[in-house]
Amino acid sequence: MGTFIAIVLAAVLTENFITERTLGICPFLGVSKKTSSAVGMGVAVTLVMAIATAVTYPLYEYVMVPLGIDFLEIIFFILIIASLVQIIEQIIKKVSPSLYNAMGIYLPLITTNCAVLGVCELVIGDMKSILGETAAAAMNTGWAVLYAVFAGLGFTIVMIIMSGLREKINCYTDMPRSLKGFPIAMITAAIISMAFYVFSL
Amino acid sequence: MNKYAKITLDGIIFQNPTFVLVLGTCPTLAMIHSATSAFGMGLTVVVILTLSNILISALRKLIPNEVRIPAYIVIIATLVTLARMVLEKFLPDLYDQLGSFLALIVVNCIILGRAEAFANKHTVAESAVDGVATGLGFTFALTIMGIVCEFLGAGSIFGAKIMDFTIGFFAQPAGSFLVYGVSIALFTCIMDSIQRWRRARKNRPLTHESLVQEVA
Repeated sequence: MGTFIAIVLAAVLTENFITERTLGICPFLGVSKKTSSAVGMGVAVTLVMAIATAVTYPLYEYVMVPLGIDFLEIIFFILIIASLVQIIEQIIKKVSPSLYNAMGIYLPLITTNCAVLGVCELVIGDMKSILGETAAAAMNTGWAVLYAVFAGLGFTIVMIIMSGLREKINCYTDMPRSLKGFPIAMITAAIISMAFYVFSL
Repeated sequence: MNKYAKITLDGIIFQNPTFVLVLGTCPTLAMIHSATSAFGMGLTVVVILTLSNILISALRKLIPNEVRIPAYIVIIATLVTLARMVLEKFLPDLYDQLGSFLALIVVNCIILGRAEAFANKHTVAESAVDGVATGLGFTFALTIMGIVCEFLGAGSIFGAKIMDFTIGFFAQPAGSFLVYGVSIALFTCIMDSIQRWRRARKNRPLTHESLVQEVA
């Protein structure tokens, strides 16, 4: 139970992927103009993060490390993620065409999302600094996938907050020209990040 | 020679990957809390980007169009794996500072972006120049923001202590977001005012061509 709480709190609040780890910033800035698309992107990223971790973590721990080919992790992981995204896209297209239409354009973009490769690299790397000694020692595939799911949830929450703020910001038309677009989005993100920093104090 | 000057100026100023195209934001935000790690990340990207541009440009006629993205990703991932081994062996300090962001260079949009937008249409020499120039533009932007963040957040520059007064905010990701946002705004503002100043003096707008001619 302690491990569960440690993982959930770390993934969603204290080590939030966007505000603390600065991972997945491209979709965060690119797809956060409308709340509906932000939710779609967040759900798609969470799904791919969970499935990618469920595949890469056991592969790394039980195949690559015993065979001594763990130095190939980057190549393996990125290929697995790229093919997973393709497979998920095909499955969703077949099973639920409405869901496919809703998030169709975001799925292919996820391959080059650092949050997905980031979570795969994180769970095989040093988890002690994130979770503390006891929780890190108990790390296995189940906890790794749980971490990925809640990291994706934290990502989605920040996406939704950001999209809500940007919908309001875009109503102000008398902003200095050089601040429009990315700069004001970055400054908004700084304020959100300050708010999330409170959780890690 | 003019062609190479254009590519170089585009990479560093007019199409600066960080300030104008806003690509590769994740490593930028994660690294600018210290000038040393920002500079190290920049140089690593210069090396990987140049090599990947050269390789992809050399193989551009061999790689079938339909599978080009997976092929590029494999080439980039191989280069990143090599860079990781070299850094771990020879520059362990930098390796520790870059941490997981070293592996994440694979999904850095600048590298895949240059492969897709430039290297698969141009010759090897042009692609090499483009790789170095875009990489230097990235390094230049990161180092400037790194110096600002480190000076305000830790009171030092490249690790050398300068003042005791520090603002903890700038050592946090929040500070990186703010400095990045303000830097893009300032860059846009400066470029805009240069153009306006030139228009007022009835000069042609500032482009790579006018810059090359006036310097020469």
